[in-house]
Amino acid sequence: MNQHLLSIHDLSAEDVVRILDTAESFREVGTRVIKKVPALRGRTVVNLFYENSTRTRISFELAAKRLSADVINFSTSGSSVAKGESLKDTALTLQAMGADAIVIRHSSSGAPLTLTRWVRGSVLNAGDGTHEHPTQALLDLYTIRERLGRLEGLRAAIVGDVLHSRVARSLSFALVKMGAGVTLVGPPTLIPPDAPAWGVDVSYDIGAVLPKLDVCYMLRVQRERQRQQYFPSVREYARLFGLTRERVGMLPEGALIMHPGPMNRGVEIDSDVADLPQAVIEEQVTNGIAIRMALLYLLLGGAGAEAGEAA
Amino acid sequence: MSRRVLLTGARVVDPAAGRDEVADVLVEDGAIAAEGSAARAAVLDCDGLVLAPGLVDLHAHLREPGREDRETVETGSRAAALGGFTAVSAMANTDPVADTAAVVHEVRDLAARAGLCDVFPVGAITRGLRGEEMAAIGEMVEAGVRIFSDDGHTVPDARVLRNALTYARAFDGVVIAEHCEEASLVEGGQMHEGYHSYSLGLAGRPREAEEIVVARDLALARLTGGRLHVCHLSSAGSVDLVRRAKAEGLRVTAEVTPHHLAFTDEDLLTYDTNLKVNPPLRAPDDREALRAGLADGAIDAVATDHAPHAVEEKEAEFDQAPPGTIGLETALAAVVTHLVEPGRLSFLRAIEALSTVPARILGVPDHGGPIAPGRPANLVVFDPAAEWVVEPPFASRSRNSAFLGRTLRGRVIHTLYRGELVVADGKAQR
Repeated sequence: MNQHLLSIHDLSAEDVVRILDTAESFREVGTRVIKKVPALRGRTVVNLFYENSTRTRISFELAAKRLSADVINFSTSGSSVAKGESLKDTALTLQAMGADAIVIRHSSSGAPLTLTRWVRGSVLNAGDGTHEHPTQALLDLYTIRERLGRLEGLRAAIVGDVLHSRVARSLSFALVKMGAGVTLVGPPTLIPPDAPAWGVDVSYDIGAVLPKLDVCYMLRVQRERQRQQYFPSVREYARLFGLTRERVGMLPEGALIMHPGPMNRGVEIDSDVADLPQAVIEEQVTNGIAIRMALLYLLLGGAGAEAGEAA
Repeated sequence: MSRRVLLTGARVVDPAAGRDEVADVLVEDGAIAAEGSAARAAVLDCDGLVLAPGLVDLHAHLREPGREDRETVETGSRAAALGGFTAVSAMANTDPVADTAAVVHEVRDLAARAGLCDVFPVGAITRGLRGEEMAAIGEMVEAGVRIFSDDGHTVPDARVLRNALTYARAFDGVVIAEHCEEASLVEGGQMHEGYHSYSLGLAGRPREAEEIVVARDLALARLTGGRLHVCHLSSAGSVDLVRRAKAEGLRVTAEVTPHHLAFTDEDLLTYDTNLKVNPPLRAPDDREALRAGLADGAIDAVATDHAPHAVEEKEAEFDQAPPGTIGLETALAAVVTHLVEPGRLSFLRAIEALSTVPARILGVPDHGGPIAPGRPANLVVFDPAAEWVVEPPFASRSRNSAFLGRTLRGRVIHTLYRGELVVADGKAQR
């Protein structure tokens, strides 16, 4: 594996399998009374969050703590960043303090890559602008593999605002890499016209896609997109592209319903639907900790690190 | 005091005279002198070098007044001289904006004090570049301005541009130069819209945003009979539009930048902010059309769009960095490397596009050749084969070069400005 995790493109299919397998061995740690292993004792992990994110930050924090790393949360409000410090100076400061890994969430696409110019430690992309969110994609793959037993040959739809979704990018790239078929579904204004070049299909008709799916992945739709005239109204969006109670019946038995959260119940997903047994949204959250443990461990543990020894 | 310099053995490339041959050139008292009077002249051996009329830039941002931390007229002039330019147009988007004769005079005075090259201020088309009311065009013409541009912005209102094109007809040789991008289609956009923008998660600036405005402006040139210059063409469609307009007989010229000739949107995969420019670097097909258009004359001139930005402004997140690259010190080498070396452009056409034609558009007969007795000695001597790596220090106060770290071919050795060696052996003399 590379020193950093910035994009799904940084990983080979073998890397992905290794990450999922490592996460598998770490997940057991979360079921213990003492949820801690000493794998990263003495290492420092900085959570550098330029954008509010409760779930991803907490997930990374728990992952690092369960590996016994020292964790520093650096959020931008009330910090030197709020006083106008540049990304470069923040990076140099963290570098000077000896951060072994920097987990960065940023509203600007490419900021994690830019950060690597100034730090020697590993950089983990926890979501950058409308670019990528690779750890989300990996925890989704983990969840799918665990539930359905495989990735290759599965058929998944990613439904919603693909254009502005870093989750959709990373997940599309990851599923294609692992041999799954992907269909992007949404209003044409929110699907990148060049998306077929990613190796995915595109449909504007959710009803035509649902009966063929193993995984139906719903994206959060931001209400501000309506103000930007990507679609006429939130109500019309929900009617045309929402996963309603009625539409769930079109899914094959055993198909998973997924969502990266936070959900807009009643917009992209009906409230009842989110609580169905085939909706694995909370499992995604739980698995996120194990995936992030695996990534921190593999990136910081060095080549040849085997999860078995540490766990 | 009489000063004589004899430049010997250079390949003289002089498009205005249709000349490309090895010859000696004698310079005396700031002008080209007749051969045969070379006694007591200092001799500069130019064997293996190219001697050409000094380069002329239609499009540079010298930032003074207002952003002297990025560039001053003096540092910009020095960068120009090092790049082989003897004349530079200074864009109007300073602070205050060059929308009255006062700012024009200030910039010209600063340039005269630096004395490294001629600087011709560009006047704003509209007051404050706001796109609403016409700037003091006549007053600025009296102050010597020939090119008017709101560069950085498109004039959004077609009626305002129509009136400017019409009004400017009162003045011989005055040119209205447009930055062509439809604002509503590029708002928030960071790079060329296409496969790479979607994959990188960067908001796009589609080529159609440029083509829409180029088409509108050409229609207005037809309507008004006005003299239009299209700045920094970037898309294949725009090149076609301009080519057809010329065939139709419209009074239009166009420029292209070295960076649009050299790079494509694929080069942005590293989120290098030095490659963030407006209009954006486009797809390989567009670059190909720009190269072909420059070769066949659909595009008249190469202009740098030299746009200095402070280090801390560019060392930032991609969407927060300002657009622009410096270009005065690399323009000639970029054209040699990407067009002349691969056989796409002769030296004659390259110098024509970098000197002779822009001098004509700018209306500055002291520049652009011909290199003939009695003519002002504005000359560049460069080594067409010398390879160098683009890296600081630059003469420019900024270092946001799109070519940073890249190897280019073609190095300026001497620049003579009105007979004075302002650059000798690759070094600015003051």
